[in-house]
Amino acid sequence: MVCESWRTKLDIYLDGEVAETEMRNFDVHVRNCPSCAGDALARVQMKRSIQAAGKRFAPTSDFRRRVRMSIAPKARRSLSLTWMLAAALSLVVVASSLSAYLGIQRTRGEQAYSEIADLHVATLASSSPVDVVSTDRHTVKPWFQGKIPFAFDLPELQNSDFSLLGGRMTFLGQTPGAHLIYDVRKHHISVLVFQERSLTAGLGGDFISPKKPSFNMETWSQGGLRYFVIGDASAADINNLSNLFKATP
Amino acid sequence: MFYSMDVSGSNLQSDSFEELAMPLFDQLYNFAHWLTRNREEAEDLVQETYAKALKGFASFRLGTNFRAWMYRILRNAFLTSRTGLKVTMTVPLDAEEDGPELAVERDTPESLLFERMNQEVLQSAIDDLPVYSREVLLLCEVEEMSYQEISEALSVPIGTVMSRLSRARRTLRDRLRPRLQESTTVATAREMNHGL
Repeated sequence: MVCESWRTKLDIYLDGEVAETEMRNFDVHVRNCPSCAGDALARVQMKRSIQAAGKRFAPTSDFRRRVRMSIAPKARRSLSLTWMLAAALSLVVVASSLSAYLGIQRTRGEQAYSEIADLHVATLASSSPVDVVSTDRHTVKPWFQGKIPFAFDLPELQNSDFSLLGGRMTFLGQTPGAHLIYDVRKHHISVLVFQERSLTAGLGGDFISPKKPSFNMETWSQGGLRYFVIGDASAADINNLSNLFKATP
Repeated sequence: MFYSMDVSGSNLQSDSFEELAMPLFDQLYNFAHWLTRNREEAEDLVQETYAKALKGFASFRLGTNFRAWMYRILRNAFLTSRTGLKVTMTVPLDAEEDGPELAVERDTPESLLFERMNQEVLQSAIDDLPVYSREVLLLCEVEEMSYQEISEALSVPIGTVMSRLSRARRTLRDRLRPRLQESTTVATAREMNHGL
């Protein structure tokens, strides 16, 4: 009867699922009962056999890799991917905006250059390129008084290759200005002077030459006035004339 | 060796899921293959288990047994699979799940017979067990889960675990005994022939 009561719990005992006190009592009994010891041995043997036989199937390394990839920092990766996409998208938006802005600026700048070039060509093509014909700067400058809303100085041309042919009024973006014509080695150069604040309001801030300009041109701002020097003369001549204006107080 | 994979702490991230779940990969696959009896279905089952576990990892209750949680997901996925539904429809639930039914074995020792037994014979016998017996036996003997852990994995009371386990063992012994005797007879005949 004692063995019967133990045997009903033999599997539970071997599974280690009986209470500690009961486990100690069972150990004592098994040591002293050959029948229960043999039964326990058989069941332990069976447990071991089942354990060995049960470890039967192994996954392939490829399948392991696939599952690992499917769970491995996927959330984090997707999060990172989301952030990367968001960052990329932001970058694209910023780049597009910047590009569009620069494009607009360039377009405006090129538009201004085109208009300056048009003024230069149209003036030279005119039968009367200048309204005031004089090589004397002290004659040309006063001619603009009352015609344009600003005053400007003309450079002294002595000891230079340049000669003043005269001047006329002109308009750029509905802004009145002075158009002077100079000559250097049979090349005509236009110098256009406008009020900076009036001009930028009408045409934008920057005046950018196109990549392949038809004429050489220099432009700068000085004393609240915007100067344009444009012509088919060499860049050096354009630059020299520009420097003479810049040096004029 | 029994070990518990209790998860504590509050930082349940996907990387910690990988750290916890991948060490269980081999044993989950083995269990899945035993349930499905098919490599492709086992792979699908394991894949589905990991996907569901990852998705539900945020809802995993801290301090509970992670391994049992993974097995429960796998088993539920199996039971709702086509193979699982077919198996559960053809295998009736145990009638005596209200309490343990403990076998009393008298014809011992059988240790020598088990030692002689071909592993394939044992595997075949395990494979022939009804799914409810097969799973509980594998979780106890192969995965070395405690009754409590099995109870969590199978979502059944501990008493049911004990009764199913007892029945699985008894069924296995009953089915193996003729094969063991047959095996012993063949072995004895070979020895005699060899002696002659």
